[in-house]
Amino acid sequence: MADAKVIPFDDDHRPRGGAAQRPSRRRSPGSRRQGPAQAAAVGEVQPLPGVASVREDDPVTGEDEQPQPQEQTGDGSGAGGLERRVASGLAFLRRRLTGDYEVDDFGYDEELTDQVLMSLLRPVYEKYFRVEVKGIENIPSEGGALIVANHSGTVPVDGLMMQVAVHDRHPADRHLRLLAADLVFVLPVVNELARKLGHTLACAEDAERLLARGELVGVMPEGFKGIGKPFGERYKLQRFGRGGFVSTALRQRAPIIPCSIVGAEEIYPMIGNAKTLARLLGFPYFPLTPTFPWLGPLGAIPLPTKWTIQFGEPIPTDGYPPEAAEDPMLMFNLTDQVREQIQHTLYKLLVQRRSVFF
Amino acid sequence: MLVTGVARQLGGRFVRRILRDPEVDRVVGVDAVPPEHHLGGADFVQADIRQPTIARVVAETGADTVVHLDVTGTPLVSGSRTSLKETNVIGTMQLLGACQKSPSIKRLVVKSSTNVYGSAPRDPAVFTETTPPKSLPSGGFAKDTVEVEGYVRGFARRRPDVAVCVLRFANILGPAADSPLASYFSLPVLPTVFGYDPRLQFVHEDDVIEVLRIGSHEPRRGTLNSGTFNIAGDGVLLLSQCSRRLGRPTVPLLLPAVTWAGSLVRTLGMTDFSPEQIRLLTHGRVVATDQMRETLGFTPKYSTAETFADFARSRGPGLLPPEALAGAVDRIAALPLPGSGHSPTQSAN
Repeated sequence: MADAKVIPFDDDHRPRGGAAQRPSRRRSPGSRRQGPAQAAAVGEVQPLPGVASVREDDPVTGEDEQPQPQEQTGDGSGAGGLERRVASGLAFLRRRLTGDYEVDDFGYDEELTDQVLMSLLRPVYEKYFRVEVKGIENIPSEGGALIVANHSGTVPVDGLMMQVAVHDRHPADRHLRLLAADLVFVLPVVNELARKLGHTLACAEDAERLLARGELVGVMPEGFKGIGKPFGERYKLQRFGRGGFVSTALRQRAPIIPCSIVGAEEIYPMIGNAKTLARLLGFPYFPLTPTFPWLGPLGAIPLPTKWTIQFGEPIPTDGYPPEAAEDPMLMFNLTDQVREQIQHTLYKLLVQRRSVFF
Repeated sequence: MLVTGVARQLGGRFVRRILRDPEVDRVVGVDAVPPEHHLGGADFVQADIRQPTIARVVAETGADTVVHLDVTGTPLVSGSRTSLKETNVIGTMQLLGACQKSPSIKRLVVKSSTNVYGSAPRDPAVFTETTPPKSLPSGGFAKDTVEVEGYVRGFARRRPDVAVCVLRFANILGPAADSPLASYFSLPVLPTVFGYDPRLQFVHEDDVIEVLRIGSHEPRRGTLNSGTFNIAGDGVLLLSQCSRRLGRPTVPLLLPAVTWAGSLVRTLGMTDFSPEQIRLLTHGRVVATDQMRETLGFTPKYSTAETFADFARSRGPGLLPPEALAGAVDRIAALPLPGSGHSPTQSAN
């Protein structure tokens, strides 16, 4: 396919390791344990079209557990399992109807996220974009950490997919708390869902508060420059804001985990930007894609690209003195280091990618 | 000790409570109207704090502690918004002017509100005492509190020998609370803004009395009671949770419709649904209470959820009592299984 022009960089010595580490696509904790053995078998096989169909079979076993992944018991003994599921479903309904559930200071509704919202996002993650996650072990099992990712795709679906990836694949069941643009919190419905999913406004105060509580925080410092860039500039990282995320991580001594997302760039190829319309609506841009708005709501369906999310090696920040957060030079250097690492990984993943859609 | 705003429930309760403390010799209650409740032996002086007579009251009583509680969002007796604003702002100015001249005053406690932070989508999720608001409240009680705090800061600068304690209370609820939010939650059907589910924080009346006591006494060892403190119960409740726990159904309305309905209700005088109230019920507000715990040394007895439960008990059941709903779900659970059972999970959103 017509990929971006890719310049392979030096030291390409880890691709095979990355492939071998690819965990199995199953989600249930039992199969996650035996993941490496299975992955070793699959990992050697280069993903050819034939293999793709084999891998399609895999999630089917997980399909029937989708409504309630928590209650999956494995034995599947007909009425007993169903009864248990009905009982827990009704208990859930009862809690929801009587308001007997907890949210944290940021409005994060863990129960709703786990039981309902993730179940809605999971089919998109598994079936539509067929997200492949690499390097999940780079995310620490406990303590605060800042995941810094590239941002693309006109509509910020990549953040949501990253959240599902961490939620479903991380062995320690960590929850990613995303930092979102202020526009998200202005729009009705969107702001409500974002808060319940655990997102909060991208500002230093909130990020520091979350990191101090030992949460896993995800940020996409490119912001609107990243998702609103034209298709021709795909996989070219934009400026990383003002590098505020680095000083936040330095202040909280949280490691920075660079994350590269491949596949999101092509879901809505933005070939034009209706600036006047955007200004009228108060949006930072108004995308024109080959299908949107020409085909109406049908044109708003994203292209079914194949995604890869790679979490890179953490960059520790606890070795710096406390005053380092005030040092602009160090901040710029670290920002560039993170940016370059994400860009390198993007190029590497693009070289490995066979096609946009498979 | 001089206490303003004693004709209100909160002021009356505070006076009765503080009289029992051994450190307190005499309490003088001040308000423009005589209180309906008894003050437990405290002296009452009928004086309007908007008038210069308050200076004479302060001078004659020789109070060493002034507790200013007359900063409120609801008029006591069918007063208009203008007179309320005058009491809040002009009253504070007069009182502070009187305090500045008084040589005996050692301590000033001012009741403020977390309204000073405003409520906007571009604000951080949690406000600390030092967070500057992104959008200052444009009017109403919230603007009053901002102005009151401004004058209090000026007073603190001019009289550095006086310990000034500004207490920013979250929404005060409890069995006897008469705040605008309490009247909102007493509506049979709660109008909400479509597409927004604000995070709310409450503080219980009992905790309010307790923290006012801490503020008006000598600080205990290892604590400091001068400065500005957020006062709120632990935890957060979403408006949707509140309505479900209260058993009152919500009617989501579009934001312009809510604004219009608010002005209509205000005109009819049913409840004070002011613009800043609507903003609170749209975007919500949460404050950090680390300063309250660590510096002031106060731990609230009631969390936000417990405060709300106490309030809900005092209000009686709504149209959809949570017990009835829970009972209905239990009855469904007791039924024999009719086939596919996992649909409730999907529809429960």
